[in-house]
Amino acid sequence: MKHRPLMLITIVVFGYALLYVPIVSVVIYSFNDSRLVTLWGGFSLRWYASLLSDEDLLGAALLSLRIAVVSATFATALGAIVALALHRVNRLRGRMLLSGMVTAPLVMPEIITGISLLFMFISMADLIGWPASRGATTITIAHITFSMAYVVVVVRARLAAMDESLEEAAMDLGGRPVAVFFDITVPMLLPALVSGWLLSFTLSLDDLVISSFVSGPGATTLPMLIFAKVRLGVTPDINAITTIIIALVAVAVATAAVISGKRRPEAA
Amino acid sequence: MNEEPTVNGGQALQWLRRAVALPYLWMLLFFLTPFLIILKISFSDPIVAQPPFTPLLEWGAQGFAGLRATFENYAYLFQDGYYGIIYLSSLKMAAIGTLLCLLLGYPMAYYIARQPPRRRQIMLLAVILPFWISFLLRVYAWIGLLNNRGVINEFLIRLGVIDHPLPMLYNDFAVYLGIVYSYLPFMILPLYANLERLDLDLLEAAADLGARRWQAFVDVTLPLSVPGIIGGCLLVFIPAVGEFTIPALLGGADTLMIGRVLWDEFFINRDWPVASAVSVVLLVLLIAPIMWFQRLQRREQEAAS
Repeated sequence: MKHRPLMLITIVVFGYALLYVPIVSVVIYSFNDSRLVTLWGGFSLRWYASLLSDEDLLGAALLSLRIAVVSATFATALGAIVALALHRVNRLRGRMLLSGMVTAPLVMPEIITGISLLFMFISMADLIGWPASRGATTITIAHITFSMAYVVVVVRARLAAMDESLEEAAMDLGGRPVAVFFDITVPMLLPALVSGWLLSFTLSLDDLVISSFVSGPGATTLPMLIFAKVRLGVTPDINAITTIIIALVAVAVATAAVISGKRRPEAA
Repeated sequence: MNEEPTVNGGQALQWLRRAVALPYLWMLLFFLTPFLIILKISFSDPIVAQPPFTPLLEWGAQGFAGLRATFENYAYLFQDGYYGIIYLSSLKMAAIGTLLCLLLGYPMAYYIARQPPRRRQIMLLAVILPFWISFLLRVYAWIGLLNNRGVINEFLIRLGVIDHPLPMLYNDFAVYLGIVYSYLPFMILPLYANLERLDLDLLEAAADLGARRWQAFVDVTLPLSVPGIIGGCLLVFIPAVGEFTIPALLGGADTLMIGRVLWDEFFINRDWPVASAVSVVLLVLLIAPIMWFQRLQRREQEAAS
């Protein structure tokens, strides 16, 4: 490609600007002293300070983190089992159904998943008396259900690309299957398990629609609280929350980059 | 993939075969059953109670009479032109949003796929990165930009381009922008995967045979990238039809999208049977594109292995 097509480059630059301008603008205005969004009232950390004294918000953030950690962990374990079974077990009974059920949440409108799960919980409470009330537990169950689908995709992709000869060699050398599984298979799957976990964690932390349906009185997650606030327009303290989350993501991505950078020589 | 069980040791496989029962039951219980329930409720009468629908167990007692009595929710949907308009409007808005996404995403994927490997990785990472930041907060960020007194309007007024702020927020324009912005990575990734595999020899051959660059693109690149285009479009279109957050935060009062109507029907009107019927119809509308997408995925998987 010798000559540079100007039009193409313009579109590409526009595309990246579209992706990053909103994020950058929120970060800048989170340090704005003025309550008005567009008026620059000087540099200030007051919105960050106000976050620290907002107990509702801290409570919601804590609840969201708790749900995200628990649901990501369960989703990763269950999702890995499904991916392994779909990949390795030859004559799996009901394979079509299982494979369909774990891919459907990827394309299902959230709002339908939310409503149907709520009805499920209500019917269960009717029939067996559990769950007696909705809240953190029902949200966690919902999050495990849709996150598992993403874990299955990530782990299956890794399994498909994985070299199985190492495991075969270990078997040939007399390794017990369970030992081979934990010493060879799990470490080889580890990158996929980590990214599946992180993806589930992020999706859970971010979920507004499904949580809103399956939650009950008293359990307000961070996205639910944020949604209630921003429905009325811009609030500077939400800018501060966004900036904190962006900083956390940046740190996580940088860490992941360093780790994978270190791993690359042996992986290649 | 289809190696003999002995490769992994029968024991481990046996364990896996048993262990998979747990996620299997989980998905049956928390994914499949809920859909059967929503289907059932969409055929039941609304009652003023908590919960506001006739309970599951009465189903058997009502029997066939119950079934006949309660096509009403669907009849209501179809007789009341309001819902028909909303479904059409949702499909239309999702389709336009998808098209805009394609128009922006295709050139980006094309450009990225033609870069040297190192830069390709960085540019691709830059496309995916925003995805890790909360979707809700990224949509929210546009409120500050598009406001009448927002960053863009103030900027344009100060430049003297406009006298009065442009109405960019709380209308369909903002929703299209939100869809393009939020779903752009989902468009770019399948397109990139497709364009990256493109055999450059074909383009060279076209050039040798005297084709202009543009002609070679239209005759060679574009037809070969059709699977990527379809994949990307479905990946954007399917979730966009039922989208709630974008129209709720950026749309105007007259922005008709089914996700938002469903939310109101559910939380404000509390008519759960109608909300269920609305969901079932939405799902039926999406079945064709979803099946199409799954078939495409299966084919990709087969091609890969």
